[in-house]
Amino acid sequence: MSPEVTREGPQDDRPGREATVGSAGGRGPGGDGRWGEGRRKRRGRRGEALMVPRAEFTSYYGRPVIKEPVWEERDIAGYFFLGGLAGASSVLAAGADLTHRSTLARTAKVGSAVAISASLVALVHDLGRPERFLNMLRVVKPTSPMSVGTWIVSAYAPAALVAAASTVTGKARPVGALATAAAAAAGPAVAAYTAVLVSNTAVPAWHDGHREMPFVFAGSSTCAAAGLGMLGASLTDAGPARRAAVVGAMTEVVATRLMKARMGVARETYETGSAGRLMTTAERLVAGGALVGAIAGRRSRVVSAAAGAALMAGSACTRFGVFRAGVASAKDPRYTVEPQRARLASGAGSTQQSHA
Amino acid sequence: MSALRGARLTDPAAEAGWGAQERPRMGFFTDTSVCIGCKACEVACKEWNAIPEDGLDFTGMSYDNTAALGASTWRHVAFIEQNAPVGNQEAGVARAREQVAQVEEAQGAQRVDLGMPGIGPDPAGGSQDFRWLMSSDVCKHCTHAACLDVCPTGALIRTEFGTVVVQEDVCNGCGYCVPACPYGVIDQRPEDGRVFKCTLCYDRLGEGMEPACAKSCPTESIQFGEIDELRERAQARVEQLHGAGVTQARLYGEDPGDGVGGAGAFFLLLDQPEVYGLPPDPVVTTRDLPRMWRTAGIAALGLAAGFAACFAGRRR
Amino acid sequence: MSVQTWLGRIPPFGSWPALRQLTGEDRLGLGAASRSPHTAALRARTATADSVVKSICPYCAVGCGQDLYVRDGRVVQIEGDPDSPISRGRLCPKGAATLQLTTGDQRRQKALYRPPHAAYWQEIDLRRAMDMLADRVVRTREDTFTWEEEGKRVRRTMGIASLGGAALDNEENYLIKKLWTALGVIQVENQARVCHSSTVAGLGTSFGRGGSTMFMQDLQNSDCIVIQGSNFAEAHPVGFQWVMEAKARGATVIHVDPRFTRTSAVADIHVPIRAGTDIAFLGGIINHVLSNGLEFREWVLTHTNASTLVTEDFRDTEDLDGVFSGFDTGTGHYDMSTWRYEGVDTKGAAGAAAPAEESGTSEETSSVKGAGRGESHGSGGPSVGTGEPVRDETLQHPRCVFQVVKRHFARYTPEMVQDVCGIPPELFAKVCDALTQNSGRDKTSAFAYAVGWTQHTVGAQYIRAACVLQLLLGNVGRPGGGIQALRGHASIQGSSDIPTLYNLLPGYLPMPHAHSTQTLDEFVETEASERGFWGNMRSYLVSLLKAYWGDAATADNDFCFDYLPRVTGSHATYETAKAMKDGAVKGFLLMGENPAVGNADAKLQRQGMAKLDWLVVRDFTLIESATWWQDGPEVQTGELRTEDVGTEVFFFPAAAHIEKSGSFTNTNRWLQWHHAAQEPQGDARSDLWFMYHLGRLVRDRLAGSSNERDRPVLDLTWDYPVEGPLDEPSAEAVLAEINGYDADGKHLSAYTQLRDDGSTSCGCWIYCGVYADGVNQAARRKPHTEQSWVAPEWAWAWPANRRTLYNRASADADGKPWSERKAYIWWDPEQGRWAGEDVPDMQPDKPPSYRPPKEARGPDALSGTDAFIMQADGQGWLFAPAGLLDGPLPTHYEPQDSPVVNPLYPHQQRNPTRSLLDDPQNVLHPDPGTPGAETFPFVLTTYRLVEHFTGGGMSRTVPYLSELQPELFVEVSPELAAERGLEHGDWATVVTARNAIEARVMVTQRMTPLLVDGGVVHQIGLPYHWGPNGYSRGDSANELTSAAMDPNVHIQETKALSADIRPGRRPRGPELPRYVEEYRQRAGITRETGRGTRR
Ligand SMILES: Nc1nc2c(c(=O)[nH]1)N[C@H]1C(S)=C(S)[C@@H](COP(=O)(O)OP(=O)(O)OC[C@H]3O[C@@H](n4cnc5c(=O)[nH]c(N)nc54)[C@H](O)[C@@H]3O)O[C@H]1N2
Ligand SMILES: Nc1nc2c(c(=O)[nH]1)N[C@H]1C(S)=C(S)[C@@H](COP(=O)(O)OP(=O)(O)OC[C@H]3O[C@@H](n4cnc5c(=O)[nH]c(N)nc54)[C@H](O)[C@@H]3O)O[C@H]1N2
Ligand code: SF4
Ligand code: SF4
Ligand code: SF4
Ligand code: SF4
Ligand code: SF4
Ligand SMILES: [Mo]
Repeated sequence: MSPEVTREGPQDDRPGREATVGSAGGRGPGGDGRWGEGRRKRRGRRGEALMVPRAEFTSYYGRPVIKEPVWEERDIAGYFFLGGLAGASSVLAAGADLTHRSTLARTAKVGSAVAISASLVALVHDLGRPERFLNMLRVVKPTSPMSVGTWIVSAYAPAALVAAASTVTGKARPVGALATAAAAAAGPAVAAYTAVLVSNTAVPAWHDGHREMPFVFAGSSTCAAAGLGMLGASLTDAGPARRAAVVGAMTEVVATRLMKARMGVARETYETGSAGRLMTTAERLVAGGALVGAIAGRRSRVVSAAAGAALMAGSACTRFGVFRAGVASAKDPRYTVEPQRARLASGAGSTQQSHA
Repeated sequence: MSALRGARLTDPAAEAGWGAQERPRMGFFTDTSVCIGCKACEVACKEWNAIPEDGLDFTGMSYDNTAALGASTWRHVAFIEQNAPVGNQEAGVARAREQVAQVEEAQGAQRVDLGMPGIGPDPAGGSQDFRWLMSSDVCKHCTHAACLDVCPTGALIRTEFGTVVVQEDVCNGCGYCVPACPYGVIDQRPEDGRVFKCTLCYDRLGEGMEPACAKSCPTESIQFGEIDELRERAQARVEQLHGAGVTQARLYGEDPGDGVGGAGAFFLLLDQPEVYGLPPDPVVTTRDLPRMWRTAGIAALGLAAGFAACFAGRRR
Repeated sequence: MSVQTWLGRIPPFGSWPALRQLTGEDRLGLGAASRSPHTAALRARTATADSVVKSICPYCAVGCGQDLYVRDGRVVQIEGDPDSPISRGRLCPKGAATLQLTTGDQRRQKALYRPPHAAYWQEIDLRRAMDMLADRVVRTREDTFTWEEEGKRVRRTMGIASLGGAALDNEENYLIKKLWTALGVIQVENQARVCHSSTVAGLGTSFGRGGSTMFMQDLQNSDCIVIQGSNFAEAHPVGFQWVMEAKARGATVIHVDPRFTRTSAVADIHVPIRAGTDIAFLGGIINHVLSNGLEFREWVLTHTNASTLVTEDFRDTEDLDGVFSGFDTGTGHYDMSTWRYEGVDTKGAAGAAAPAEESGTSEETSSVKGAGRGESHGSGGPSVGTGEPVRDETLQHPRCVFQVVKRHFARYTPEMVQDVCGIPPELFAKVCDALTQNSGRDKTSAFAYAVGWTQHTVGAQYIRAACVLQLLLGNVGRPGGGIQALRGHASIQGSSDIPTLYNLLPGYLPMPHAHSTQTLDEFVETEASERGFWGNMRSYLVSLLKAYWGDAATADNDFCFDYLPRVTGSHATYETAKAMKDGAVKGFLLMGENPAVGNADAKLQRQGMAKLDWLVVRDFTLIESATWWQDGPEVQTGELRTEDVGTEVFFFPAAAHIEKSGSFTNTNRWLQWHHAAQEPQGDARSDLWFMYHLGRLVRDRLAGSSNERDRPVLDLTWDYPVEGPLDEPSAEAVLAEINGYDADGKHLSAYTQLRDDGSTSCGCWIYCGVYADGVNQAARRKPHTEQSWVAPEWAWAWPANRRTLYNRASADADGKPWSERKAYIWWDPEQGRWAGEDVPDMQPDKPPSYRPPKEARGPDALSGTDAFIMQADGQGWLFAPAGLLDGPLPTHYEPQDSPVVNPLYPHQQRNPTRSLLDDPQNVLHPDPGTPGAETFPFVLTTYRLVEHFTGGGMSRTVPYLSELQPELFVEVSPELAAERGLEHGDWATVVTARNAIEARVMVTQRMTPLLVDGGVVHQIGLPYHWGPNGYSRGDSANELTSAAMDPNVHIQETKALSADIRPGRRPRGPELPRYVEEYRQRAGITRETGRGTRR
């Protein structure tokens, strides 16, 4: 590999970037071998003395691979909860309207209006540049759940507000009915899109739950709306809310368990630490709330309200639990690296997969 | 995002609708085997982009006091001390250490456990081998860029060069791109609210200049150019290194079939990616987005149906 | 009309990206549609700049090209200049941080004044400060002027001293030396002393010139590069690209260093070595070469003094147990007469202290010997005397140099290398093999070194050892072969060539020594050599005197030779610090140097400054040397009270390189011009401005004086044109003066035109030609892509634009290349000239067959085969019969403070002639093996990090650099950490007899214990960049080091010493000196400790 050198100096182009570091060190096959042999022998002899237990995986000084979300927990977990509450409440409201359960309708409409407003406040509050909130409307991006969500909420929020205003003031009833219907149509989307929003990240505890997260969120939203209904509507009007609580709680609990079961190592983040405590609490609250509501809520306003409150609290716990699990899974490189390593080892690395 | 269309994306700028304005896709091939860890790239980047200095923290992570990429660090040089060889390199410290240990052992002394906080010993090796790896990390300018996909404001755009850039005048600091990035690159600057990352020197590219970091790199560890050419160069380089006995050399991120559709900035590494703090098999989260939307649609319908069911039946 | 286009017409919608999504191709809003107008309008600030000004990096001596982008009169961006053949557009982190260095808000803009005893600075009007200073210079000079010292004429003042120059332009250095010399100030020093002074002595006595023999790009031709005593990749990162280039061409890269560094990380072989033992290592290779017949015999015969016989009286260290013949135990000096060539009569010869020897007393001998003579071989080897040396071309004669060298190194076996250096024999063998297999007719190897070699009490001999080895292997003057001396600051080479050094005049002309009567002729007689270009020394000196004193210098008055102040012994940096402490120095000017952290035994430096009447600091920020009186370490410990310090301190903000024009001389002797791009702000001024106007003000004050004392000042040529709003003197005019004029006032083009009759003037003979044809050759910037790989049309190199020195040696005796692969310069018989890409280091038309007639003198006395034209015998010196004070051959001696008994000469622990500063602060460690020695059981070495620069004034103040290495740390092996209980990331205290400091602990396998003489030696690594000021702060490593020095050039031993290390932070306040005192007591240290010559 001797380069062409003439009296005019080096002629060929052999840029420094082609330097092969370590190539001439002389300990490989071309080397004298003394070192190599000695090493092999020694390694066998004293392996144990120095052997540090083989770690499961290696990382760069234990630092996270991905960035943990910069979101403020109160704002964003709160936003998920409130959005879910609003969206599901609007559906509940429409049903109540159709079935002439006025106290339920009123509760749900007002609740959804307040919730969506509060959720928007939380969202804007969390922005690094709140004054640029309207930039959310610059584009329509199907690839961005936040963009899609923004447009959905943009359609939904006015409807929910008009519906509530109409109910409260008793004016413009036809418009109110129309708005109620529109809000109900958008409501499920409002309740579910946030699941896509969280799942559509690199955060292991979120992304790896993407198949079940919408159900967790839908269930949780249902619980919240049902809880609100039980809290605010008359005992007679609250029947569907009590039933919805059962459906919601079952959905949430089953979906959450399924999610954890299918998740891989990141499930640990749902089972340990404060996220673990929140998730357990959530499960107890929604299950308990639904059960108590279904059994005893029919008879006692207080019990109904308490069950409703438990359901709402449970729903909130779920959102905060999911949030914290995500943060915990982002902080520890293990949750990022291990599943990816396993994927590669099983030959199912993303390289082999098509982008279908 | 081609994932929505189910196609393998070779030309991200075309997807981003640049039409006639489109230019060849530009990127980096960072060959860490010739990196001398000088951090010129870090400084050149900060100077060009007037990025704030971000703290005097002694980390103890070998010579890396920058620690990670972030809003105020768009180039980050990693330092890894390991008990492993680079090709045929003869690291005399290892041999001298072994010699001393043998003599001391002969005198009945206990071996020192080389494990030390921060600079973890390589579990596989002993003290006989030693190498010091350095690697300059940067935004990958992914073919399927999660940050770009999820940005709700259009602050992040794919440029005519196929690179991914944050528009500082648009970003509202929603923070969505931050957890979306599978490499942990983009981040928010708390005192500013907005997010920042490598622009691949979009402004310089527009003038036909090479990025500041690549220009400064004394050993051409950072190579800038058209992606296609760089990919070929990278392939040839691994083969060259393998031929020279550096069998640990491997490419990272250059494969257009990988989970992000190939990185616009890819690397030649001498160890597993995670050793450098890189994810071994990153996937753009939006690859699963169509399925997520479907699932969410079902869940939403389920929610509506569930409520409907609860209203069905007699009034109680 | 569709809805979309219709909507698009309504203003707020027209630019709505969502609409563009619908109308354009970017349906998903990922690119074109989402682009904001702001983004679309983005322009690189390089593209909107008004102009691009060519400049050079102000940090290190690699001399990378920089492009300054200027907008509205301010520099807005600085980046690498792709045209530069050295750097090819690249920059290291420091170069890349230059914008922040020069335009950051850490820079001071206002002149400051601290009245005596005051606690704070006050702002002061610049003009007033200059006036006050001029008054003080005049007054102090008057008060301290001496005409005679012990009966000998000295014509000088010892009351004023000046330090700094390596960071400045050549033109600035020229004015500094010129003005001070005229004023009789001799204590003029710069970083070259503490940095590479031993290089000049080592290379100069071996080859005839004290500069790097090769240039950076030539490294790509090397087949093997040994980097030793240098951390190339960290200290000269952009130059390192040429090592990588060589590597890409298949070269083997070897790094010999106590630590595994970023250079080691990309080398093929790393060899850990005990700091301070490189002579044993190199001697081992020399022995390997000689005992296996691996030398390049034909080359050795043609180009070295191998065949020359040494006198019968010569005795080697092997014969005398560690000392050479001629050693006087009483004075600690050698009489070097026994080292001479057989058949040659020494007239005492330069470096051999002729003047004093003639006049007798041994005290005088030592005074001359102390006067840094070794450094005066920067461009002209020592004289060997008169007569024809006897030769034995068979190399068999037992007294021929070849055999003498062979015997001298015979005991440097691989086992000895293990015992001294701690290097396992297998590892040593690999280096020997790689080096010898890559040397010879077809292959060449290079050595690259820097201050890992220079800063030792045997520093000059370290470099000599490499020279001997390279001469034996035929690796000098050939492509890819040579010794790459990697120097420090941007113009440290320049500040040696145009020296702000006490012992030199420009062009390595020695400063005259005090003498009862000495005429110009007598001076030349003793200093010049008979043969070679140094034979023309008189022309160089007379032309210099003409440049200084113009018309006043005439043949009748010996061209004002008498105006030159005289030296008596060493007035080097450390001696001057001591003189300050002793109260002899009243006024001190720091122009770009920071001794309070940068110099060994920093405490002594500050103690010295605290005794001054007045101090001037010119810098970018308030460096430690400017603020020690206010909050320095001694104020912290209570050893110094601000109100007790009577020193007046002036701070003048300095202009940066982007604010002034001038030339830097890089490590490879290239003079590169940098152009001013903006005006300095506030009171910031260039050092050229400062010196010129200070000179003007002083001359104003002395005007009309009839005192003979003031004649040199008043006769001085000091009329440089000024330009611009600030009255900036023209740097080009100064450069033109340096280049020189002929009798008609025309610019000279080569030093061969210089005459000794006063008809030519030249401010620095080796720079003659830099302004040839009235063109600033240093400003030449023909892109490297448009010329040959040697790039002769980029800038200008001394001497005579030659890039590879001694390139005559690339051809054999007949003038033919040794091999096609290594062809560089060859004799073209058709043209009757030497041909090749470079300027031949030879009279261009002297045929290889030329043999000098008997009566020939000067260059004509050299034959057509003599490649070392500055040497008196035209040859490379394996054995140095003259020129060095500590021996004709390198010998391993232990560092001053070492925990190891010299395994080679147990009775000769240290360099017997080393120089030690005697001061209660500068105390030394006990001899190893004696009681107390175990108090300092470890070897400590100090060094650089790529992220910082020297004393830190140019990096610890720069945020972008500070954040990369925010704190001082100390590197230890896991073994030492275990032994001493040091925790990674925690604090440790490092102690010597001088002081104690604290640092964060870095436990790393890059450090290893070594097996030395059967025992284990631990080494401690300590970067030396920190100090208490700036943005990133910490203790200075130089609190620990001592002023133990090489006898030839008085460089300090900062690379190898002994120390202790303990976990935890150091004591604070008055506890600190007590803590150090306890250590001293425990070790039984007195002022005499460690000062003996033999044991
Ligand atoms: N980044 C950066 N670059 C610089 C500078 C800077 O401060 N920072 N300073 C500039 C200046 S002023 C100079 S002079 C040069 C200096 O350049 P270098 O000499 O390369 O710098 P150092 O780090 O002081 O020393 C080099 C190496 O010598 C090793 N060493 C110490 N003792 C010994 C010994 O006894 N034998 C051997 N073989 N090696 C030893 C040290 O471990 C260190 O790695 O760099 C210039 N360039
Ligand atoms: N322990 C230990 N000590 C050492 C060394 C070591 O290896 N170990 N190395 C030694 C070596 S090689 C060197 S060179 C010295 C360096 O030591 P110093 O030269 O004392 O350190 P610097 O920080 O380079 O100081 C130069 C100053 O000049 C200023 N400056 C730069 N440009 C200009 C200008 O144009 N005009 C003016 N007026 N000022 C300017 C800078 O801001 C800086 O403060 O340290 C020596 N000390
Ligand atoms: S990538 Fe280049 S510039 Fe960056 S640290 Fe490595 S060698 Fe230096
Ligand atoms: S690496 Fe992260 S920040 Fe960079 S383009 Fe890919 S997803 Fe975006
Ligand atoms: S933080 Fe800025 S760049 Fe990131 S997704 Fe939000 S708007 Fe887009
Ligand atoms: S391409 Fe530009 S922005 Fe990106 S890391 Fe390099 S210098 Fe920084
Ligand atoms: S410090 Fe030296 S190597 Fe770095 S850019 Fe400046 S001149 Fe080049
Ligand atoms: Mo230096």
